[in-house]
Amino acid sequence: MDWIVPTLITVISASTPLLLAALGELVTEKAGVLNLGIEGMMLMGAIAGFAVGIGTGSWILALLAAAIAGGLLALVFGLLTLTLLANQVATGLALTIFGVGLSALIGANFVGMPFPGLPKLDLPFLSELPVIGPLLFGHDFLVYFSFFMVFAVAWFLNRSKAGLVLRAVGESHDAAHSIGYNVIAIRYMAVTFGGAMAGLGGAFLSLSYTPMWAENMTAGRGWIALALVVFATWKPGRALLGAYIFGGVTILQLHAQGIGVEIPSQILSMLPYLATILVMVLISMDSSRIRQNAPGCLGKIFHPAA
Amino acid sequence: MSNGATPLLELKNITKAFPGTLANDDVSLSVMPGEIHALLGENGAGKSTLVKIIYGILSADKGQTQWHGEDVRIPSPHAARSLGIGMVFQHFSLFEALSVAENIALGIEDAFDLAALSRRIEEVSEGYGLPLDPARMVHTLSVGERQRIEVVRCLLNNPKLLIMDEPTSVLTPQEVEKLFETLRRLSEEGCAILYISHKLEEIRALCHKATILRMGRVVAECNPKVESARSMAQLMIGEELKTPEHGASKDISEPYLVVRDLTIASGHAFGVDLKGISFEVRGGEIVGIAGVAGNGQTELMDALTGETLAATPDSVEILGQDMGRNGPRERRQLGAAFVPEERLGHGAVPDMSLVENAYLSGFERMALTRGGFIDQGGQRRYAENIVAGFDVRTPGVEHAARALSGGNLQKFIVGREILQDPRLIIVSQPTWGVDAGAAAAIHQALFNLANGGTAVVVISQDLDEIFQLSDRFFVINEGRVSESLDPRSVSLEEVGLRMGGLHGVPGDVKDDIESGEGAVS
Amino acid sequence: MIRLEPRGESSPFWLYATPFLAVAMTVIAGGIIFAGLGTDPIEGLYQFFIAPISSLYGVSELFVKATPIVLIAVGLALGFKANVWNIGAEGQLTIGAITGGGVALLFYEVEGFYILPLMTVAGILGGMAWAAIPAFLKTRFNTNEILTSLMLTYVALLVLSTLVHGPWRDPEGYNFPESRLFSDSALLPVVWDGTRFHIGAIVALLVVAVGWIVLTRTITGFQIKVIGQAPRAAGYAGFSSKRMVWIALLASGGLAGMAGLFEVAGPIGQLIPTISPGYGFTAIIVAFLGRLHPVGALFAGLLVALSYLGGEIVQIELGMPQAVTGVFQGLLLFFLLASDVLIRYRVRWGRSGKKAEV
Repeated sequence: MDWIVPTLITVISASTPLLLAALGELVTEKAGVLNLGIEGMMLMGAIAGFAVGIGTGSWILALLAAAIAGGLLALVFGLLTLTLLANQVATGLALTIFGVGLSALIGANFVGMPFPGLPKLDLPFLSELPVIGPLLFGHDFLVYFSFFMVFAVAWFLNRSKAGLVLRAVGESHDAAHSIGYNVIAIRYMAVTFGGAMAGLGGAFLSLSYTPMWAENMTAGRGWIALALVVFATWKPGRALLGAYIFGGVTILQLHAQGIGVEIPSQILSMLPYLATILVMVLISMDSSRIRQNAPGCLGKIFHPAA
Repeated sequence: MSNGATPLLELKNITKAFPGTLANDDVSLSVMPGEIHALLGENGAGKSTLVKIIYGILSADKGQTQWHGEDVRIPSPHAARSLGIGMVFQHFSLFEALSVAENIALGIEDAFDLAALSRRIEEVSEGYGLPLDPARMVHTLSVGERQRIEVVRCLLNNPKLLIMDEPTSVLTPQEVEKLFETLRRLSEEGCAILYISHKLEEIRALCHKATILRMGRVVAECNPKVESARSMAQLMIGEELKTPEHGASKDISEPYLVVRDLTIASGHAFGVDLKGISFEVRGGEIVGIAGVAGNGQTELMDALTGETLAATPDSVEILGQDMGRNGPRERRQLGAAFVPEERLGHGAVPDMSLVENAYLSGFERMALTRGGFIDQGGQRRYAENIVAGFDVRTPGVEHAARALSGGNLQKFIVGREILQDPRLIIVSQPTWGVDAGAAAAIHQALFNLANGGTAVVVISQDLDEIFQLSDRFFVINEGRVSESLDPRSVSLEEVGLRMGGLHGVPGDVKDDIESGEGAVS
Repeated sequence: MIRLEPRGESSPFWLYATPFLAVAMTVIAGGIIFAGLGTDPIEGLYQFFIAPISSLYGVSELFVKATPIVLIAVGLALGFKANVWNIGAEGQLTIGAITGGGVALLFYEVEGFYILPLMTVAGILGGMAWAAIPAFLKTRFNTNEILTSLMLTYVALLVLSTLVHGPWRDPEGYNFPESRLFSDSALLPVVWDGTRFHIGAIVALLVVAVGWIVLTRTITGFQIKVIGQAPRAAGYAGFSSKRMVWIALLASGGLAGMAGLFEVAGPIGQLIPTISPGYGFTAIIVAFLGRLHPVGALFAGLLVALSYLGGEIVQIELGMPQAVTGVFQGLLLFFLLASDVLIRYRVRWGRSGKKAEV
């Protein structure tokens, strides 16, 4: 049974990038903006974090760079969809295509370089406790940050006035505008937050999970994070649950390969993608639930009409 | 009321242009403290633009605003509210998925404390006879209750000026009376009210003074208590209108539309379920369906056009055939025609030309498709016939639908349906947002159809329109229809009670919505 | 302060001018990127945009690259116009290559005129079948087709990988993850001697023509436009959006499958782990750049094919990563989406009459 704890730890690792990106997208979507470019923003965060980490040796600067890179790409999305009123679906796709390309271009010189990884929390005594020690006290900053953000986002959305305003903007931008809220500015902030979180999610992959840079290393995680938001019916707590279910599927698949299950490895690698489809089908079967929870103006273009 | 002192609000020479139109042209207006001041004008006269400027949503191109005799700039609704200006919008600025208290919190500047706010909401709403439950979600409330949220939201800001944009178009006659009581009380307390409407009798009953706008300009100021409705109408419209003629008595033939126990669960998040609706309409008669917005009119219209299908074929019988499970194309082929409420995006595709929009509903009955290919010449001729036959003012049929004014587009859509020579026509809100000239033309066209033997169904929230057009009518409330009513004998009060679900007390309505039961059967 | 003022009607001038504007801005931005990477921008741009087509062979290669892109883009354009977002053309291309290529491998010892048509049909059906999954899920369960079609792309690539690493690996291939080479009957005839310009390019032109006629002259094309622009109006006219989901996904999936088959039966000649350098995704850009119009997709496809050739050349000549192609493609789409605002809005400078109290 000594494999249980290490397995659970890898589940945490596999889930963290999904959780970070999904929380960011959740806030973006709550403001009424559908950003399909998570994959691109994650990749930009992954390479920016990795490059700065290698260059400076500082993991703090690396994470900062990742958040900024993701946020900047999100700002481009904001400029196109919020200011220039471009179609959100098309722009999100462009963001992904661009992010894949630009991260590969920047990352060409970093392929194969090693990175020491993020420092792990190491508490005297506590970290040495059996089972609980490694499970609770042996992780790096981003893991704890991701949990903190679940609560922070939940509190912000449900308990603060700013969160109420953000939800109102996502629910009906025309009504929010006529009461006098600056819909565009609020959406810019939400979109940028989403980008920064996606950037951190990507950075977790390149700085902690692997830790190294490889072209297109997110391998669809940005899209899975997008599915998670729907699965979570736009609730942070459920996003946590969803991220850990997906993380679990990913690890299950890896371990099955490790144990030597007699199935081609590619078939097992399909599992997370098939699981995403399955979950999307299950959640969309109960359409009333999505309709009740989906922000009313999700994906709609806002132009303050005369 | 006015007493020669400084006006509360004074607008001087306000001008505001939009591309292609001058919405406000040198408009001046003054409102005294405590005065109920009517802003009267047709659709498109510039009333909404003017109040949006006062409330800081739009900014004027030229002109001055004075508040208590001093120049002010109102760059945003926040600024307007801090001066003491409140506004109740025609299309409510409410969030359906949020609670009453959250909605109100969004519109006031106070510290964010929902519990304390909820107590204040209860106090104020009780005090003014506008009962509201702060914890309720907005989408569960009736239109009248939603308006109360907007009013209470304004009252919590202790307004000195309250702007109300067409507040009664969504209310039952009883609710209108209650609203007027509240407004009169506010006026007595010194709060001025700027009251926008095109309903002349209301303005005569409520307002101290009226400013009349036509095509962006002030054409008159008057005292509505002494002016007659007719004279104000002439000022508003600028010409004498021909009243549509019902014409000679008609032969009523067999039923062309039979609806039997139509029950459909709404597919929309905040929609209304249709519950056991039954009625029939015969050839040659005009049947109205009255009701307050959001009581199932949209859902009923969709079920009649075939955009949503009923569970059983015999739920909707059109011209003798069971069509409950058939879509719009089959229903049109039998001779049914439809004019939906929403012009842009439902009755017409905004960015498509009039030619393409003619094809949209006409391709089947006008045989404009051959072997899957579009008859280009035919669809163009059809569009030109509509434009010529129904006085649609457009520079050409190749122009997009969105470029037309509301009245012209409505004439185009009604004309498109009528040229298909329907034996059954169902129209929803035929004159909503349409200028008086176009409205009269549309009403006349419907009379002519009925006289020619067509069955006509008019779904309208405008009781005046229902009374003017229909031979008999039903009231729809919470997805159910009443028994057939005779506009010549029924009292306005009875209609109002039925529109509110036969309840005097709003609280009962809420209970019904929660338990999913209505009292009308 | 930029202000956008809605036009009453769309501007026909900008509808056609914005793609050129976007290309011009991409070239400028590309020059800046080259300079940033320490390359002479003029030299970089020359190598990227001009050098690839400075020979006849280069021009023929342009058509070879453009063929799958245009085929897919025509299908996607019609779908996108109807608001059906098939993002998984890459997966449908892969499955089309597998099913069509599977026929070739089945008949690897046989010669016959019927093999190639059989492969083509199999390729089309394969792509259709793969696209039918999101269509079914969308119409039956209302599952978002963007996510399902995309996830299926990853699955399709893994299916291909499984096959070429396992059962379909060439027994005489020294354990390389590649299938047998296709027989001559299973290869597309070359129509331009001395080049790789194959008959698939002619088929792509025919597809463009058919797409054009469908879109502009038929009731199906009219339905596509109405469903995309005003879904409520489509319901009112009696057009079924579910039916359109099926039509759009099957058409675009079938064309993607055909494109995949043309790749393996044309330039590649066997099944290998990576059949397409992202044609399925590139076609998304091409569809938009071509104004979601089949003829536009043809021109846009040629332009974007150039970015693949250019990427290869700068890699060889200037030692740059080939990823520069993706950057150019992304930028192109960004600039196009940004300049599209000119079609529906006038851009005004200055504040909107906030000088009310002069």
